[in-house]
Amino acid sequence: MVEVLKTGLYDSIQDLGRFGFQHLGVPTSGAMDQYAFTLANSILGNQDNAAALEFTLLGPTLKFHIGTAICITGMQSNAQLNGQSIETNSVINIKPHDVLSFGQRILGCRGYIAVLGGFQSENLMGSRSMYQHITYEHRIKKHDQLKILEQSLPYICSNAHVKTPISHFETDILNVFKGVEFGRLSKNQQEALFQQEFTVSKDSNRMAYPLDGILNNSLDAIITGPVLPGTVQLTPSGQLIVLMRDCQTTGGYPRIIQLTEMAINQLSQKAPSEKFTLKIAH
Amino acid sequence: MIQWPEKIDPEILEDLLFYKEKILKSTTRFRVQVINTYNTLLVTYDTSDFDFKKEITRLKSVNTLIMDVKPSQHQLWKIPVCYDAHFGLDLEYLATVKNISTSDLIKWHTAARYKVYFIGFLPGFLYLGGLDKRLIIPRRNSPRHHIKKGAVGIGGEQTGIYPNASPGGWNIIGNSPISFFDSERQNPCFATAGDSIQFVPINLDMHRIILEKIENRNYVLESEVCDG
Repeated sequence: MVEVLKTGLYDSIQDLGRFGFQHLGVPTSGAMDQYAFTLANSILGNQDNAAALEFTLLGPTLKFHIGTAICITGMQSNAQLNGQSIETNSVINIKPHDVLSFGQRILGCRGYIAVLGGFQSENLMGSRSMYQHITYEHRIKKHDQLKILEQSLPYICSNAHVKTPISHFETDILNVFKGVEFGRLSKNQQEALFQQEFTVSKDSNRMAYPLDGILNNSLDAIITGPVLPGTVQLTPSGQLIVLMRDCQTTGGYPRIIQLTEMAINQLSQKAPSEKFTLKIAH
Repeated sequence: MIQWPEKIDPEILEDLLFYKEKILKSTTRFRVQVINTYNTLLVTYDTSDFDFKKEITRLKSVNTLIMDVKPSQHQLWKIPVCYDAHFGLDLEYLATVKNISTSDLIKWHTAARYKVYFIGFLPGFLYLGGLDKRLIIPRRNSPRHHIKKGAVGIGGEQTGIYPNASPGGWNIIGNSPISFFDSERQNPCFATAGDSIQFVPINLDMHRIILEKIENRNYVLESEVCDG
């Protein structure tokens, strides 16, 4: 069992999300940065979809009551075990009573703590990803006791260490595809879209990243149609809203572009006030 | 993504639901899910390990294939709604603006058969078509922060039920004790696109009784097979 001594800014259990229930209005959910999430499980030798703890801007303080192994990926923020700095992106062995904590944010926005075997939180509709009205809890609270799935395979300690390219956090160009309503934009609007700089707003969360930076908009609303994580909507006021992993399944604003999977991961590592431009992916 | 003309039309719905059924039945190589809205099908895959162009060609051919797929049978669900002023916060307001009695308002709202076009926005939120034109009213200028689970409202040309408590800008006229989404049930939402629903007026006592029955899991929602 893992005890939550202190929470970060927003901690939740996530895996790769729900598949097959979107027609009932159920969001996909899942780890915001699936690259960092998958990396953590790979390094531990876990199954791809083993549930991990996702934290935002500030890491939690956890006390382990069992021996296990963990791997921390994503946001960099001076991870410590019993007050001693530890490596990220590698296997860390854990003894009972060890305490994991984090310092100030250095790089990125979302971190992952994967444990050997994965966290055993409620599994609903094929996923442990927390989401309001689907799972009983939608975020981790102080004093929570997180269970860990039993590891069926004998654990072999490898000294795997993988470096995440710094560009994963620092890239200021996000790759996109043209969206369904892209063609409705005028030539001028299309050009502006790829020249203008956009800024992550402070209202960003797991559902959506509204962007600061206005694009002149003359498009009418569309009749409600399907949307996906990574869909970028243009609102009547000219604001762009990038839908993220917990987004609704349908929407009525023009869908002008679609982020690539990697661009969704990269955007989820950007904190409010970070800037970037958009580029058509080839 | 497969699109039909940008219209809200029951015939388009039938056509795209038939195509959806064919895609679901004919796809065996990988897991797909097909989401429909008024005029769109969106096919998503749980893998990217396939030839995209070949799959597009296959999807195109699926529609012209003569397959042993019958359009699925649709249900008509009878949804109990309590229109008591206790729940119907905007009932009086609506009646005043429309210059009608609240009983006429309830009569018109319960007389119509609403088509379920799709489920979206929130888990278990039904997009319904067929609101009596006399009941059309714009959304409230300022949305409420908290709308009760089961609230029945009108927003523009749409009417619907909030499947869970949420903020919202619709005019609230009643409340249904029925649960439109339960993540612990094998089938979390009883309705599917293409079904129809009709609202049945109930009083406060009945609302309470049905709620209790639902909590004890011994309530069966009334429905019948309908042809659209």
